[in-house]
Amino acid sequence: MSSGSSAAPRLRDDAPPAWNESAVRREFPIFSDPDNADLTYLDTAATAQKPGCVIDREAEVYRRSYANAYRGVYRLGALVDDAIEETRQSVRGLIGAASSEEIVFTSGTTAAINIAALGWSRRFLQPGDEILLSPLEHHANIVPWHLVAGEHGARLTWMPLTPDGRIDLDRLDEAFTPRTRMVAVTGMSNVLGTIPPVREIAARAKRAGALILVDAAQSIPHGGIDVQRDGIDLLAFSGHKLYGPSGVGVLYGRRELLNAMQPALGGGHMIERVSFDACTWAAAPARFEAGTLPIAQVIALKTAIDYVRGLGFEAIHSHEQRLLAAAHERLSAIPGLRILGPAPDQKGPIISFVTEGAAAQDVALLLDRQGIAVRHGHHCAMPLHEQLLQIPASVRASFGVYNLLDDVERLASGLERVRQRLRLT
Amino acid sequence: MPALDLTLEQLYEEFEQLPDWGDRCDYLIDLGMELPTLDESERVEANRVHGCQSNVWLVADVADRDGTPVIEFRAESDSMFVNGLIAILLLIFDGRTPEDVLQTDESEVFRRLELNRHLSGQRRNGLAGMVQRVRSIAAQAERNAA
Repeated sequence: MSSGSSAAPRLRDDAPPAWNESAVRREFPIFSDPDNADLTYLDTAATAQKPGCVIDREAEVYRRSYANAYRGVYRLGALVDDAIEETRQSVRGLIGAASSEEIVFTSGTTAAINIAALGWSRRFLQPGDEILLSPLEHHANIVPWHLVAGEHGARLTWMPLTPDGRIDLDRLDEAFTPRTRMVAVTGMSNVLGTIPPVREIAARAKRAGALILVDAAQSIPHGGIDVQRDGIDLLAFSGHKLYGPSGVGVLYGRRELLNAMQPALGGGHMIERVSFDACTWAAAPARFEAGTLPIAQVIALKTAIDYVRGLGFEAIHSHEQRLLAAAHERLSAIPGLRILGPAPDQKGPIISFVTEGAAAQDVALLLDRQGIAVRHGHHCAMPLHEQLLQIPASVRASFGVYNLLDDVERLASGLERVRQRLRLT
Repeated sequence: MPALDLTLEQLYEEFEQLPDWGDRCDYLIDLGMELPTLDESERVEANRVHGCQSNVWLVADVADRDGTPVIEFRAESDSMFVNGLIAILLLIFDGRTPEDVLQTDESEVFRRLELNRHLSGQRRNGLAGMVQRVRSIAAQAERNAA
């Protein structure tokens, strides 16, 4: 492995021997495209690049075995139905669900949370009820709850945080009231990387008689989810952050819960009977799968799950933690740079920061000039930025399986150049 | 009193020498770094322009030029790139009569500089927010004069 900048100190290289970072990277065609020769991709928290096997599988569906799902008795239709059910089984295994009937395919995390919020609230939410959220949430796990709370006369309440951006478990019980009906919490903050103790929060929700929904968009590619062990009622994630196709996501729900919820969208496939006067719904998962599914994407999602499971979550975790620790070490040495959120061992592979004298927007723009792709802004978490961190924007670098230790070096030296360019040194 | 030693025509020429958008961003950052800063007392909430990804403050004074009221704009952002965009707005609007400001079509300038094509939605909103503030100041000045 090479070090990016000759002037910079070399980083520790203590990767477990099983992990061959350049071999993993080679599985992702985007990095061998000549136009991307200089690309340092540090925006995996926004979306992950795709391994060749996922790209090939999606194309193969269109080339060889494409038809609509659950509609035709003909050979191609049956092939598609079987492949989709295989993905359902694969997702069931990934998250530890009891049955594949608890796995609903959606267009992504956002759709999954909206479907859950609508379907649950239409049946269960009463005026005066409370929905308890963490302040770490992405807008996708805030706005749907604002919408349904507004419709039903319910209100949102917020969990307490520690100063370093973790859920304050010592004060969490104070946030529950007899009216708390739903707890919605992220599996990993998309800004701070914080990993809330979901199992503990779920246990407290259960004690309070509330349900829990986990937004696993950020946490799913890092594994470790077991909905039965952890007591999770509803869980949402996207394929595209799991090295899978864009346009497909999953809503998990406990079977009895899903079958008690109302549909969110009406259309084909989700009904039992439709007459001129009324209709009745199919059981889950069909109840929540109105319209044509993202067929090729659902099928290729299984390939992505197989891919990450093949790498192994433990190996992925230790690789990413190694990058994260190196990033913390290098970036905290840069004058005027402040890293947001908890220590590396308390979070996933996300490092967000602000730099004194350099606006987030300028930092991102000047890093892009060096081929380094990072995200800047409020990262769809405005309440966290404006009300808690009291900053308009931050810069976020996030890591995936294909990142190299050298990418950390390039980020650090890139940031040094940004400071020089803005005459901060 | 022009804040910058540059005219719109010169800016067009500069941009023509820089066909790559990244180089133009670099140029705008340089331009932004030359923008005069506001007084600390002017960087307050009342002067803040919302809708921008970075903090932007914009203030204006009505000055008298040979008996004609003209508006002198000053603005600053914590982003040097945004300061570059502010510099362009100053080239378009600064030192003109309120009536002129209200009648000027800035979109032609943005088109020539290809800002519309390259600015992402949020940055475009920020720019539009600044233009809106400039116009409302001009409209206020016109009402006060009447």
